Amino acid sequence: MTIPAAWYLVLAAVLFGIGVFGVLTRRSALIMFMCIELMLNAVNLTFVTFARSMSDIGGQTTVFFVMVVAAAEVTVGLGIVVAIFRRRSSTSVDELSELQG
Amino acid sequence: MLATTYAFTDVLVFACTALLILVGAIGVIAMKNPVHSALSLILCLFGVALAFLAQQADFLAAAEIIVYAGAIVVLFLFVIMFLGVDKSQHPHVEPLIGQRWLAALGVVITMAGLITLMVSSHWVSGVMSVSTGGVALAGGAGNITQLGDSVFTTYLLAFEATAGLLIIAVVGAVLLARRDRPAEDDEPRDEGDQGTDPWRSLDDADDNQDVDDNQEVSS
Repeated sequence: MTIPAAWYLVLAAVLFGIGVFGVLTRRSALIMFMCIELMLNAVNLTFVTFARSMSDIGGQTTVFFVMVVAAAEVTVGLGIVVAIFRRRSSTSVDELSELQG
Repeated sequence: MLATTYAFTDVLVFACTALLILVGAIGVIAMKNPVHSALSLILCLFGVALAFLAQQADFLAAAEIIVYAGAIVVLFLFVIMFLGVDKSQHPHVEPLIGQRWLAALGVVITMAGLITLMVSSHWVSGVMSVSTGGVALAGGAGNITQLGDSVFTTYLLAFEATAGLLIIAVVGAVLLARRDRPAEDDEPRDEGDQGTDPWRSLDDADDNQDVDDNQEVSS
């Protein structure tokens, strides 16, 4: 008997929670990006688990597209981080407070 | 009890997967040095790839290693080294009082809800799939054929859209990374403009380093 899908789903939920906690508490923009990657991977794991348990290849296809979007997001996001670092010499998100109302 | 219900190897693979993922993920948020965080992220991604392999997603496991660990984490490391933030640690001050505890509370509540939902729900399972036309998911290498069929037939439009997305991302990254310099050859600079242009003082201060930066970014 194979491992039930719920085990992997719980693992993905825990991974997602760790990513959320990192985004909420860490101040470095780079670490926040890494935590966003953690959350994306948690969702990928959920998709693959459902693709297996429901015998539907659509879940795996979605993960394929999520990977492409994640690559594009990291490219643009790190470009923004580099641009901000040139102005501020810091990647801390606390110093980007110019847009406050 | 577990060993009697499930195959020992399956449980062992799941335990290794969970260990890799959790240790890597906690390392990402707990490490002080961003380089260590990136290396922990690789550990976590290997765990996710292992979980993909254990669930008959062979191509995605390979793509996970190649795209995430091979490209994205290397890009992270490149930016960390490029900016030189691997050593400079800001003194940790908590700008919002109690933010950490509130975040932990919210995360625990969210995770408890998710886990309760996932464990208690009875998901519809079977071969009533849409994208494969009712064909069951093949195990092993047969999966890749099904995945390719799905990408190039059912999800063809989305696949084309990802091409445009990647082009836009590349153009955006180049635009963001290049330094906005006034054209020195075309017209002489206005001297009175120097005070207002935030780039000018930087450019004049370290002109040599400037050239190096541009070369590194463009390469």
